[in-house]
Amino acid sequence: MTHTTSDNQILETDILVIGGGTAGPMAAVRARQKNPDLRVTVLEKANVKRSGAISMGMDGLNNAVIPGHATPEQYVKEITIANDGIVNQKTVMAYAQRSFDMINLLDEWGVKFEKDETGDYNVKKVHHMGTYVLPMPEGHHMKKILYRQLRRHRVQVVNRYMATRLYTDKDGRIAGASLLNPRTAEVATIKAKAVILCTGAAGRLGLPSSGYLFGTYENPTNAGDGYSMAYHAGAELSGIECYQINPLIKDYNGPACAYVTGPMGGYTANAHGNRFIECDYWSGQMMLEFYRELEGGKGPVFLKLDHLAEETVREIETILHSNERPSRGRFHQHRNTNYREKMVEMHISEIGLCSGHSASGVWIDENARTTVPGLYAAGDLGSVPHNYMLGAFVYGAIAGEDASDYCSDAGFGEISSEDIGTEQQRILAPLHRTDGISPYQMEYKIRRMVNDYLQPPKVPKKMEIGLERFREIREDLPLLYAQDPHELMRANELQFILDCAEMAAHASLYRKESRWGLYHYRVDYPETNNDEWFCHVQTVKGAGGDPECFKREVEPYIVELDDEEKDAYRKLRVASTN
Amino acid sequence: MPLAKISMSVPVVVNAEACIAGKGCTVCVDVCPLDVLAIDKALGAAYMKYDECWYCLPCEADCPTNAITVNIPYLLR
Ligand SMILES: Cc1cc2nc3c(=O)[nH]c(=O)nc-3n(C[C@H](O)[C@H](O)[C@H](O)COP(=O)(O)OP(=O)(O)OC[C@H]3O[C@@H](n4cnc5c(N)ncnc54)[C@H](O)[C@@H]3O)c2cc1C
Ligand code: SF4
Ligand code: SF4
Repeated sequence: MTHTTSDNQILETDILVIGGGTAGPMAAVRARQKNPDLRVTVLEKANVKRSGAISMGMDGLNNAVIPGHATPEQYVKEITIANDGIVNQKTVMAYAQRSFDMINLLDEWGVKFEKDETGDYNVKKVHHMGTYVLPMPEGHHMKKILYRQLRRHRVQVVNRYMATRLYTDKDGRIAGASLLNPRTAEVATIKAKAVILCTGAAGRLGLPSSGYLFGTYENPTNAGDGYSMAYHAGAELSGIECYQINPLIKDYNGPACAYVTGPMGGYTANAHGNRFIECDYWSGQMMLEFYRELEGGKGPVFLKLDHLAEETVREIETILHSNERPSRGRFHQHRNTNYREKMVEMHISEIGLCSGHSASGVWIDENARTTVPGLYAAGDLGSVPHNYMLGAFVYGAIAGEDASDYCSDAGFGEISSEDIGTEQQRILAPLHRTDGISPYQMEYKIRRMVNDYLQPPKVPKKMEIGLERFREIREDLPLLYAQDPHELMRANELQFILDCAEMAAHASLYRKESRWGLYHYRVDYPETNNDEWFCHVQTVKGAGGDPECFKREVEPYIVELDDEEKDAYRKLRVASTN
Repeated sequence: MPLAKISMSVPVVVNAEACIAGKGCTVCVDVCPLDVLAIDKALGAAYMKYDECWYCLPCEADCPTNAITVNIPYLLR
């Protein structure tokens, strides 16, 4: 790709995978394995060697379904209940059934999971009901292992190109994508028979309380690109009102409690050092209790480790300070925090959209297909709730396989030159101005408004005011000024963020009840209303260009829930701390 | 709308003596997910060009000469 901005060269591949983090490399490898004749391209905004949520490795598998510890049916139940009933169980089942094979494949590829003396996986209990957490204390080589597979399967990798929009043909079928090089501002068009979106969460939606734009929980490369691209391509999105909000170390964006320290005896406590939740597994219900304690008289909330034995603390430090978020030790050092001596202050994260942790994503079925023919989504972006890293791998594989089959019958869709012209003008406009508003300022303003008006507890009038502010910012877009190609990338990203913010407000206004604990806590409708709202809320781009929402029925369950289990996640508060 | 410049202290510090960018190394620039590092050609060393860091550490971990130190950004330190 060496053409200049004025060059309208059109590239071609059979399957285009957008995003080479976690799900993306797996999708590409599986597509090539299934049909080695296909040309498969991974497009990555950063560099596949170190991109995405797992750039420095991962502390463990949060949701491993391993024979002897859990069955797929139990897992489907747990996630159905944790997600307040609103799941397409078939999608969760497809994950659960392939979870164990995927772990074995990763093990074969060289990923190091914790095993016991007999060589079996050493699974830990963190969830409310079943046992699903598989630690990987030596999990720092994930990206290297994936990279080796990409090379072995001769997947074409294009680093440092970001996708900005998807193209569809006149029948609405996927046809390709528009690309921007964030170092040179070169633009290009790539035609593809199938596109697999693996662009991760919408991590730059809310503003972290530190005010630092890039201090987000999610890797900030993931600005919400896939949500916005799918939306403009006409796809259905789902559960956008079911935000992602995580319990984190105050001011530091690393998670800590549930998965690593929990099995070793650490827990979330209030200022008195008392446990107030039964189970630290992240769910909206857990976050609501967390929020109440944080704001209450016994707040704020802490991670308690000071009661643990020296060797346990040392083990925790080794994992938490070297894997996943390895700058954590430095953060604690500056604040003179020693796990042995005092509890660590915690806080809640900014809001985001993510199916990996919550349930907000692009709607997909059990084959990873979106509602746009030829368009797939996987990983944090695909609407399979609580999917986490292993779900990204499994759905990446599913998408790669299905897209590979799809390509045997499908030809290339036609991309109109008018569409290309309009899009390239849109992407490059901020670079062609000589002054104006910087992307930094505009992004800051959008995200500050997200905090002011969209954060739960949700109040409808606030959402409406938020939408007004977003509309005004949209009117400012013609003033957006990028001084260089890097700022041009940020200028394009903030438009993804703006789309996500508007979708979040619309979907939150539409669902007139409360559900998923803090994730969708409507102050004006504090109760869950199953009679009217036991359904998915879908968001699409309406004819007028604004987001429109509608209800989609929940598919009949394939695993029935027992009555007494249904409320399990609503009884998380430790009775004595009520 | 005219623009002003604001100075920011950046979290990534490069030891210019240890850095071998002058010999063609670009490892840290290549791996940074946020693309915020660059090479100062005159100096022959890498530097942080944009204050947009996730303090994730690939730059530091992959640098062949241990020339990089990533600090926690001041706002959240
Ligand atoms: C701090 C943290 C800790 C976590 N801990 C755990 C854990 O212990 N266990 C667990 O199971 N899960 C954990 N998770 C969740 C898990 O990491 C994710 O669910 C999973 O990695 C998501 O994979 P993905 O492929 O969807 O996204 P990612 O791996 O983030 O990949 C998305 C990729 O898309 C690229 N991209 C984005 N936009 C564009 C664009 N426009 N064009 C081209 N490329 C683009 C990005 O650069 C990135 O490489 C954690 C997540 C985080 C952030
Ligand atoms: S990786 Fe290290 S040696 Fe190479 S350019 Fe960066 S700082 Fe210099
Ligand atoms: S710490 Fe991460 S974001 Fe910051 S410069 Fe290094 S690689 Fe880039």
